[in-house]
Amino acid sequence: MADGVIGDSQVDKSRRVFLTAATATTGAIGVAFALVPFISSWMPSERARAFGAPAELDLSKVEPGQMVMVIWRKQPIYVVRRTPAMLASLAGHDDRLKDPTSAHSDQPPYAKNVQRARKGEYLVLIGICTHLGCLPKQRFEPGFAELGADWPGGFFCPCHGSRFDLAGRVFDGSPASVNLRVPPYAFANDQTLVIGVDAANQKGAA
Amino acid sequence: MTPAAPPAAAKRAGLRAWIYKRFPVEEFISSQLTGYYAPKNFNFWYFFGSLALLVLVLQLVTGIFLTMFYKPGEATSFDSIEFIMREVQWGWLIRYLHSSGASLFFIIVYLHMFRALLYGSYKAPRELLWLIGMLVYFALMAEAFLGYVLPWGNMSFWGAQVIVNLFGTIPMIGPGLVEWIRGDYGIADATLNRFFALHVAAVPLGILLLVVLHLVALHETGSNNPDGIEIKERVGADGHPLDGIPFHPYYTVKDIVGVGVMFVLLAIVVFFVPTFGGLFLEPANFEPANPMSTPEHIAPVWYFTPYYAILRAVPDQRLGALLMFLSVALFVFLPWLDRSPVKSMRYRGPLSRMALAIFVVCFVALGYLGLQPAEGLYVILARIFACGYFGFFLLMYWYSHIDKVKAVPERVVFHGHP
Repeated sequence: MADGVIGDSQVDKSRRVFLTAATATTGAIGVAFALVPFISSWMPSERARAFGAPAELDLSKVEPGQMVMVIWRKQPIYVVRRTPAMLASLAGHDDRLKDPTSAHSDQPPYAKNVQRARKGEYLVLIGICTHLGCLPKQRFEPGFAELGADWPGGFFCPCHGSRFDLAGRVFDGSPASVNLRVPPYAFANDQTLVIGVDAANQKGAA
Repeated sequence: MTPAAPPAAAKRAGLRAWIYKRFPVEEFISSQLTGYYAPKNFNFWYFFGSLALLVLVLQLVTGIFLTMFYKPGEATSFDSIEFIMREVQWGWLIRYLHSSGASLFFIIVYLHMFRALLYGSYKAPRELLWLIGMLVYFALMAEAFLGYVLPWGNMSFWGAQVIVNLFGTIPMIGPGLVEWIRGDYGIADATLNRFFALHVAAVPLGILLLVVLHLVALHETGSNNPDGIEIKERVGADGHPLDGIPFHPYYTVKDIVGVGVMFVLLAIVVFFVPTFGGLFLEPANFEPANPMSTPEHIAPVWYFTPYYAILRAVPDQRLGALLMFLSVALFVFLPWLDRSPVKSMRYRGPLSRMALAIFVVCFVALGYLGLQPAEGLYVILARIFACGYFGFFLLMYWYSHIDKVKAVPERVVFHGHP
């Protein structure tokens, strides 16, 4: 053995394997931690979060039978305060609907009912036609002239003629195939609607 | 030490010698070009590898110049493209070269891949070469999708919407993943800006690296050929394959002819039909992105439509997305699905030939159907052709095994020119 060169027989192989494995493991853990800020940077920024925050609506200013539009995350949200007569109009035309039970439509579980609402009185919908994204117009009066004597009241999309009832359920013969979507929403109290959260005490952007 | 200055030639030789001593130029040229032996029986199908490399360079150069004028951002993207088209000197040419180049890239890559199917180029010992090539293809698809979003036309916006939402169909992590990709609660400025970064830096770097690996793997095993015969197995007295010729000058000269033809075709498209009837640049993308209005028919650019047709042919959205990803991924498994003892279609039996023909028909038909609205007969046809598409891959394990094969000759078939 010349000049301090270590021969094979003198090498402690198990020690070498252990040190190699320990170094590699430490390095891998370090890389994993270093990835966190880079991956997190892709999450919605504080600004995006602020703009995407839940929208509130004071319901005391909405008259029975009236609809107001709220903008939430750049989408028009329709809020209709339905009268008992409007709620009654939901019955009796299930056979003319494509998806009367909302089985194939998009809504939070608490709105998957006939009235498609948490509270029957308030209908909350995303006002974007499920066909091609136009804004359906309100045609709340039953028997509206252009829509026929059996029109129970609802929404009519001017672009391609999709028709929806007062729960946003789509009628047969419409180009749209599913009901209008319902956003997540909750009631902070009797007079305050919060759009964008499933529970009123939920914080920030969902 | 000589007092007189050395003559000019010797001076060059001196500089050359100086470099060669420090950098393996000669070794590289002789091992990769003048001393790299390729089969002498290459035909038309062997143009597309080098052409793909050239189009990559074209895309990099035109892309770099477009970045000098393009401004990513919800408010600026669309206008900056119009600025390039109308006000930048020759901007229209650079942009049309880039947009037509994208379609050209896919035409070439699809022909290049078909060549591999035709002559069994993915079979042993070239499995890794094929796998790296597939990674290039996947990266290219990502690159094309990201680039398509950048003009921020209405089809850019809704295309991004549809494709990004596909990730939402993944169980459990889907919705969170979509939010992470978008960086907002809808396709927004943040999405556009990160797609720009990926399109001009991250993915091209990946593609370049993968192309280098693809070439390294190719030069290790050597090219396959239309006869599917390993030329390295018959070596002459000089140590070179009997059926091989040096890549340079023989195939560099051949490839230059292909380059000429390709540039003529590209020029015809760029100068006369840059939108190619809405196939290369879709009409809906000539209006700015509008989150409140969806285009009449959302269809991707033609090179994605076969897979898009499969997505829409399935009634269940999640299953549709799964089958679509599978339809792209199945190519990866070809080296192990194909159990034929021979490589080239020339020596395969009727089952393999029929299967390949059916596959080509299905791929083209699905490509057409993906451009049509998803209704009525179109959906039924898409389902039939999707079955043919999957059948080609899934039944290959069986039909490639039982198919009759002809005897493969010992030397490649080559007829000299009279």
